[in-house]
Amino acid sequence: MSSLLRTAAVARLPRDLHPVAWWVWAIGLAAYASFTTNPLLLLLLVGVVSVVVAACRGEQLWAKAFRLYAGLALFIVVTRVLFRVLLGAVPGHVILDLPEIPLPEWVLGIRLLGPLTREALLAGLYDGMRLGAIVLCVGAANALANPKRLLRSLPPALYEIGTAVVVAVTVLPQLAESVQRVRAAQRLRAGATGKVRRLRRFLVPVLEDALERSMALAAGMDTRGYGRTAGLPAATRRVTSTLMLVSLVGLCVGVYAILDGTTPGWLAATMLGLGAVAAAGGLTLAGRRVTRTVYRPDRWRWPEVVVALSGVVVAAAGWWIARDQVPIAFPAVSTAPQVTLVAMAGVLVGLAPALAAPAPASPLFEPVSETVSEAISKEAVA
Amino acid sequence: MIELRGITFTPPDSSEHVLKDVDLTIEEGELLLVSGPTGSGKSTLLGVLAGLVPRFTGGALEGDLLLDGTSIIRTPPRERAGIIGYVGQDPVAGFVTDTVEEELAYGMEQLGLPPATMRRRVEETLDLLGIAGLRHRSLRTLSGGQQQRVAIGSVLTTHPRVVVLDEPTSALDPTAAEDVLATITRLVHDLGTSVVLAEHRLERVVPFADRIALLVGDGSLTVGEPTDILTDSPVVPPLVELGRQLGWSPLPLTVREAKRRAKGVGYPVDRVSLDLTGTETPDKSMKCLSSSGLTVTRARTPVLHDVSIELPAGRVTALMGRNGAGKSTLLWTLQGTQKRLAGSVEVAGKDPAALDPEGRRALVGLLPQTAADLLYLETVAEECDAGGPRTREILDSLVPGIPDDQHPRDLSEGQRLALALALILSADPPVVLLDEPTRGLDYAAKHALAEILRGLTVAGKAVLVATHDVEFVAEVADDVIVLADGEVVSSGDVRSVTAESPAFAPQVSKVFGPGWLAVREVVEAVRER
Repeated sequence: MSSLLRTAAVARLPRDLHPVAWWVWAIGLAAYASFTTNPLLLLLLVGVVSVVVAACRGEQLWAKAFRLYAGLALFIVVTRVLFRVLLGAVPGHVILDLPEIPLPEWVLGIRLLGPLTREALLAGLYDGMRLGAIVLCVGAANALANPKRLLRSLPPALYEIGTAVVVAVTVLPQLAESVQRVRAAQRLRAGATGKVRRLRRFLVPVLEDALERSMALAAGMDTRGYGRTAGLPAATRRVTSTLMLVSLVGLCVGVYAILDGTTPGWLAATMLGLGAVAAAGGLTLAGRRVTRTVYRPDRWRWPEVVVALSGVVVAAAGWWIARDQVPIAFPAVSTAPQVTLVAMAGVLVGLAPALAAPAPASPLFEPVSETVSEAISKEAVA
Repeated sequence: MIELRGITFTPPDSSEHVLKDVDLTIEEGELLLVSGPTGSGKSTLLGVLAGLVPRFTGGALEGDLLLDGTSIIRTPPRERAGIIGYVGQDPVAGFVTDTVEEELAYGMEQLGLPPATMRRRVEETLDLLGIAGLRHRSLRTLSGGQQQRVAIGSVLTTHPRVVVLDEPTSALDPTAAEDVLATITRLVHDLGTSVVLAEHRLERVVPFADRIALLVGDGSLTVGEPTDILTDSPVVPPLVELGRQLGWSPLPLTVREAKRRAKGVGYPVDRVSLDLTGTETPDKSMKCLSSSGLTVTRARTPVLHDVSIELPAGRVTALMGRNGAGKSTLLWTLQGTQKRLAGSVEVAGKDPAALDPEGRRALVGLLPQTAADLLYLETVAEECDAGGPRTREILDSLVPGIPDDQHPRDLSEGQRLALALALILSADPPVVLLDEPTRGLDYAAKHALAEILRGLTVAGKAVLVATHDVEFVAEVADDVIVLADGEVVSSGDVRSVTAESPAFAPQVSKVFGPGWLAVREVVEAVRER
């Protein structure tokens, strides 16, 4: 028994959790948020997300993204409410009797300002909070999961796309650096001062530099074996294309069937299922073309299972409440919102990662000294 | 093992052959040095081996490339990856991932090696290159020498039979270059990997080379033992130059060999004291630029700390120090673009930092590390017109005969440097600063640059040149300032400074003792006897 416990404890030694686990958890919480407009439940959800992020995030660069998303969420709530004030038109208890701005006859159904009611304000607030909470969940996933490692866990068939994204992410800061360097350099010589000419003076060296860099990178990747493929027989390739086509049709019809209420439910389920199976088959077959392996892949252990499961449970709870406890999930704006034990417990399950997830790996060595040119160019622009 | 047969390469839009009917066999476990002046086709030859020429360059390639008798000339670079490892001129540009460990594993991932093998080889390579402590570091935070070693390591993990290196030490300070060369020799001696290395700064590499392949510029290739090839090669290190002039045979390739030969030659040992007793005491009262207490910080880390330097008119001062010691920052601070926390800079009674860009240009000219950043027009004539009325005149006095209609990017390294320098000199600044101008220049171009700098001092300008090249410093500098960690550790006359720090001593002074700098001096002294 004790040896079993010790083995379990090994999985909780400091390391980075599998990024997919974090995304499953975050999407589960986002799904819960999308199933309700109850402000109390949404606030509780925001609290849960914040606690988990605070407990589990590391010290890498992307971990700082959470604050950015929090700001965005707040912005969404405020905009939502402001729009309600501007385009009021909900009858109820008037809080502030604003004058209505007269609009011409042909603008039917739109009213600018006018008496502001408590109901309009609340409806805007609830709606904004729902969207804000979803955004916050995505932000949490971004802060917790290493984006580059996430791309590494893509199926092999999508490997090329993943590499392109990684390269783009790396090249962008280099481009900014090159812009700053050229700007400083161009000030060292006389030359055109006109607006258009000056732009050219500065764009030409930057673009030349960018082009040279990408050629060097392409050459570097090619000489190191990027793009090696195993030769596949023509028959397999044909099967792959057919599977991909079937999956596309299946998924499209399935999604249409779900959104269109008049289509029978069995059709939606069958088509979606068929589409998913075909897609999985196609990706696996296409992946055989790629012969590469992964160095030190992220392993899926029990903390990952707990984290991902907690997300699934939260989503299921949200779905159940939206179906069976409609007044709780979508409270009326005329009365105070209420909560039930099940609804609250459903959100609180989302706290599981704070207990189960291992501490993040010790932060990478931070830059001891940037290259001198970087420093100069930064200063030069300031 | 690898055999080039009748390789002829013609670049696009040209009828001249860069390589013409080249035959070359690379043996198992040898270090082959590819040498020759700039533009003679060294990189092209390496590119043919790696498969990048003509795939990435365009142009027409004829002939055959054989690996153990099988032709691989049509094999794309990615399929050669496990056999031929290639490291380009700028290691940073070739990095695909962002940490050391992932970069080392990248090539193996592409080859589809099993995870256990990958893990083992990454550990072995980290130890082999002595970079185990850096395994989790971000590649962009490493120093130049470390980056170069990681780049070499990242091709070694796939256990290639040949490692092809294009100028691995050209951007490195003397000590970092020694480290990289030590790594390369370890590969050849311990692992038996064949290494093909292109380099035009020969002084450090020649002692390690088994054979030299010399490209002279007309497309032909001569291969042979170092001593044979160097007898009449157009590019030779100072030691060989010395041996040739004094008629030594066989030619000395290492400092040790030369020192043993030099025993027979009578020469005054202490050149430093000789010079001090001499009459040549420079007039240091004419100061073009004076600065004191310069301190520059970045995020509370000092990059420069309390640096005070003075640049006298009519003298060339060399600025030396490790990569990242703060040389570039010092130049930009003196020029005024880099903001300083404390200290003062004064040129002709004014502070460049307080002026607008145009005012700064008239006081201090700065040639940045990437001279191409200055150029943006399509022809040399347009550049000269944009640069000011006297630019063309200055350019002709620096390097005569650059055609008007040529594209600046098609110029040779030396010509491009001269064009950029002419643009800067058109404002006629009394102080000229140069940041690493010798990168990518061969001996002839470096010699021409030295002449240009001498010419500037005759015109009464003060010149400060940041460089890693000790031989260039010995040739051109009057004074030397050594920076370490943002502080001046030694400064003074070039003879006394190089006498104090062996790392910055040129080959001649290693052989004949402190104070001796140039081959010419030794030859003259010997002939006088």
